[in-house]
Amino acid sequence: MPKFRAPLLSLAGAAVAIAVFAGPGAAQDVPAAVKARQSQMQLYAFNLGTLGAMAKGEAEYDAEAAQGAADNLVALTSLAAGPMWAPGTDDMSIDGTRTLATMWDNFPDVMAKGTALAEAAGGMAAAAGTDLASLQAAMGPLGGACSACHKAYRAPE
Amino acid sequence: MRRTLFALILIGLVVAALGIYLTRPRLDGPQVLDGLTGDAAAGALVFTAAGCASCHMAEGATGDDKLVLTGGQRFPSPFGTFTAPNISMDPEHGIGGWRALDLWNALHHGTSPEGQHLYPAFPYASYVRMTPQQVVDLHAYIRTLPADPTPSTPHDLGFPFNIRASLGGWKLLYLRAGWVMDGDLTPEETRGRVIVEALAHCAECHSPRDPLGGSKTGADWLTGAPNPAGRGTFPDLTPPELDWSTGDLVEYFTSGFTPEYDSAGGHMAHVVDNLAALPETDRTAVAAYLKRLPLTE
Repeated sequence: MPKFRAPLLSLAGAAVAIAVFAGPGAAQDVPAAVKARQSQMQLYAFNLGTLGAMAKGEAEYDAEAAQGAADNLVALTSLAAGPMWAPGTDDMSIDGTRTLATMWDNFPDVMAKGTALAEAAGGMAAAAGTDLASLQAAMGPLGGACSACHKAYRAPE
Repeated sequence: MRRTLFALILIGLVVAALGIYLTRPRLDGPQVLDGLTGDAAAGALVFTAAGCASCHMAEGATGDDKLVLTGGQRFPSPFGTFTAPNISMDPEHGIGGWRALDLWNALHHGTSPEGQHLYPAFPYASYVRMTPQQVVDLHAYIRTLPADPTPSTPHDLGFPFNIRASLGGWKLLYLRAGWVMDGDLTPEETRGRVIVEALAHCAECHSPRDPLGGSKTGADWLTGAPNPAGRGTFPDLTPPELDWSTGDLVEYFTSGFTPEYDSAGGHMAHVVDNLAALPETDRTAVAAYLKRLPLTE
């Protein structure tokens, strides 16, 4: 019996440690794939923020900054998406996501929407450094491409 | 005693007859549209602002298919599930046989050409504020859209909501042609009011409803509401609860991007598609109207 004590104690210690570090919320249960794709979305939002502030007239038009943000959007659309959208990470299977399971049933449509987003980002990259009016005109198609996927495959809040 | 009974029965009959009379489906005669000629190009903007296709197109339709008004989208509510009917130009299954006057009576009185009450899931409580000219323009435009022979699916409603006669009482309580926002408005705010209160029927989702399903007005106007489909809420549009700048609002109506650069979801994504297709001055007009909220009693 005594020889099991050390492992038992360390097991108990580990359990306490998990309980302490995991905290009360379920946030720790969110799979890395979900965190990764949500981080990608935040990177989209951050770079869109640079462009949007100029489009709204809240920030002065800066061709170089606009081009940089637009190029980042293009780069984000080129990330290999597969591992971040692992099967079984839909809103019915796990907490912490609003992704609908139908996303995995409509692969060709998801691909088409992804391609449309890449084209809209490319449109912004071609427009952003030109002038403010071009940038403003490119916001609509970009928003439409984002929304197309959210409309189809994201559950309401 | 017999006399009293007879009088009571008589009074009861009179009240019932009066009730039936007051709640009968209303139909205007052709004089309301006298002398008006429809302009299809102007009607296209009415059609877009009113969001007709968003509910009457097939679920998930994109591109030109959005103009095929085949119906079939389902709208769950506490009263049951409504299914949008076919309003394409098919003369049998759609509304291809409707005159401009029939469209007027549907939009203004919620009454079908057969003299039947329509359910207010069709937002005539907002469309009642449309002008005769807007209706004849809309009629001229929808005549140019395709016909589709898909039969309409009946609504799936529980008792007593499946009794259409009860809708006459509902209309008596809630169908009001006047504007909700009153007082001195700038021309821009006035245009915004046409879009918000009549065409885009914003209050149908964004105003809370009373237990009988009537939109609350006054200080409750556009203060948000739960989604009748059961999940989520429609946000409060009144400042300071809505703290978006005019620029934020116009950007949202143009690209669908929120101030956090998330994008519009659910049915609001359709609304954004529609607003984005209107002239920019209309989007700034809607923002100007919203900035005048909240209303006081």
